[in-house]
Amino acid sequence: MTKNVKIDVQYVTRVEGHGNIIIDVKNGQLVDCKLQIIEPPRFFEAMVRGRKFGDIPLITSRICGICAVSHNTVANRSVENAIGVVPSKQTELLRKILFHGEMIQSHILHVYFLVAPDFLKVGSVIPLASTHPDIVKRALRLKKLGNHICEVLAGRHIHPIASVVGGFTKIPSKKELAELKKEIEKHLPDFEATIELCKTLKIPSFERRTEYVALYKDDEYAFIDGVIKSSDGDKLNLKDYKKKAAEYIVKHSAAKHTKGNRDSYMVGALARVNNNFSQLSPLAKEVAKQLGLKTPCYNPYMNSIAQVVECAHCYEDIIRLLDIAIDTAKDEEITFTPKAGTGVGAVEAPRGILFHEYTFDDAGVCTAANCIIPTGQNLENIDLDMRKLVPEIIDLPQDEIRLMLEMLVRAYDPCISCATHFLDVKFV
Amino acid sequence: MTKPRVAFFDFASCEGCQLQVLSLEDQLLDILGVIDIVTFREAMTEKSDDYDIAFIEGSITTTHDIERIKIIREKAKILIALGQCATTGGVNYLKNFQNLDEVRKYVYGDKAPWFETIKTRPVEAVVKVDYWIYGCPINKDDFLRVVKDILMGKKQQIPAYPVCVECRQKENVCLFEKGQVCMGPVTRGGGCNAWCPTSSHKCYGCRGVVEDPNVNSESALLRKYGYSIDDILNQLRLFDGYREEKT
Repeated sequence: MTKNVKIDVQYVTRVEGHGNIIIDVKNGQLVDCKLQIIEPPRFFEAMVRGRKFGDIPLITSRICGICAVSHNTVANRSVENAIGVVPSKQTELLRKILFHGEMIQSHILHVYFLVAPDFLKVGSVIPLASTHPDIVKRALRLKKLGNHICEVLAGRHIHPIASVVGGFTKIPSKKELAELKKEIEKHLPDFEATIELCKTLKIPSFERRTEYVALYKDDEYAFIDGVIKSSDGDKLNLKDYKKKAAEYIVKHSAAKHTKGNRDSYMVGALARVNNNFSQLSPLAKEVAKQLGLKTPCYNPYMNSIAQVVECAHCYEDIIRLLDIAIDTAKDEEITFTPKAGTGVGAVEAPRGILFHEYTFDDAGVCTAANCIIPTGQNLENIDLDMRKLVPEIIDLPQDEIRLMLEMLVRAYDPCISCATHFLDVKFV
Repeated sequence: MTKPRVAFFDFASCEGCQLQVLSLEDQLLDILGVIDIVTFREAMTEKSDDYDIAFIEGSITTTHDIERIKIIREKAKILIALGQCATTGGVNYLKNFQNLDEVRKYVYGDKAPWFETIKTRPVEAVVKVDYWIYGCPINKDDFLRVVKDILMGKKQQIPAYPVCVECRQKENVCLFEKGQVCMGPVTRGGGCNAWCPTSSHKCYGCRGVVEDPNVNSESALLRKYGYSIDDILNQLRLFDGYREEKT
């Protein structure tokens, strides 16, 4: 078979940020195959130098509008670790509730707005408004619910307000929390219908074994803090994050690539479900079974299904957390004395493990910063998936090859603005 | 009446302002009844070069961006700067106060020459802008207000009063009373509904500096608590460094 294929997808659509897919097959031989990242670099890590510690979460939240709560939370945690602040139990509880809100918002946006149009053979959710109005309205209701959770907890989702270093500037009242719980419970039929919709999606069959990396905690399915756990069996403390996420620069990407134990690793919902399945809520485990997600799962297209499993987990867990908060919510002063130091924080953003590290001097001014973004960690894995996939589907018409590749990139839910910002900061 | 053809474009940004548009869950289907969205890369595969109205999110940070925004300007009858990165450069402007070669080296080390960057510019510094929607992120009500003005062909009235006016209407306790140094007295109001002070967080000036901050009636508030306008303006570099370099 001496086939020639040339694919150059300029600006992959329905992803956050600017990326191109380049495939070149000559006489049946794969000559070139990569996801090119052409997002203009924004240099956040350099920009935060010289700013006081309280400004840091404000600035770095602006790395990404889709996962602003993740960046806000990890910046708060790394600043707290650096300047010696231990958040209260209530702060930890409210952060978890806020985080579940973003997880639902982001996963629903991805599954309905960015992924589903491929399966329904349309270019976007817009034509679905007339052909499948029930699906679109449900998607909007669920997305709004995710936003609403963040509004009650932190004033808004995109660039949360009340969530700051040391705690929250405003604590929601018991009444607001009780109303929020009722509102969430009203959406159970929408979550159930989402699961039914996912049962109808024909997920492409493709497998490539790789390393999966996610946060891990002994006592819960980890989204905030924990240790870095690999599917290869090793665990690392957060301060050693660079041993796992070893960054390097390739010419075709303004976002840095990383490598761990192997040539590449995967982060995100599938990595979390693969590594920490036993800690999911009972409903989430049941949903995984119904949707045919068996761990370990080596099919990256199943990442979207793993996101739906996590939505079920967040739905069940947020009710549990709200019950605690409804009983115990009380106003709390944020007081601490900052000291100089360096601190690392990590959270599971919707797209995967996210690290921030900052150093502050005696005056509380930032002197060094480093951020390692989930999409950057997935880029090499995406390139290697494409290298395995293209020869397997080379006999398909070029349009179908192109669609399969775009769907693969979309399955990772890449957040390219996020991945293209930072800079490496050298910690001396 | 034919529906205007609308395109969304993004430059250096977090895409949060476009996401705010997608988060108009209650109005999105109505909006699609009065306009045709023909290009919106974050949300759709369909695209068209034939549009009447262009919304621009993000600031201009490469020479390629300059060429691209000029082409968009030629095609669009109406061009809107959407959000703070587009209106003033937003947080992206912070890098302009550092040495750009050093900034590139800090991030990309010896590979710095592979990644071009120029000084961040707001859209209006490169092409003519017809409407401005301020804020980081934009406020959804403010977006709907400006969109109505655009569809009715009305000239935009940019509010000349500070955030304090709406903050007082909401009967918030003044944050200076709580010991926070709030940017409300010098920040452009009339769009955010005092979003941050309502969450008991100081305003940090994300909508940029109000016209003529020295004469607005709120400057007395700063003096009362022992701050000068200059103290505050230094803080406003976070979202309005453009103003500092302009003046």
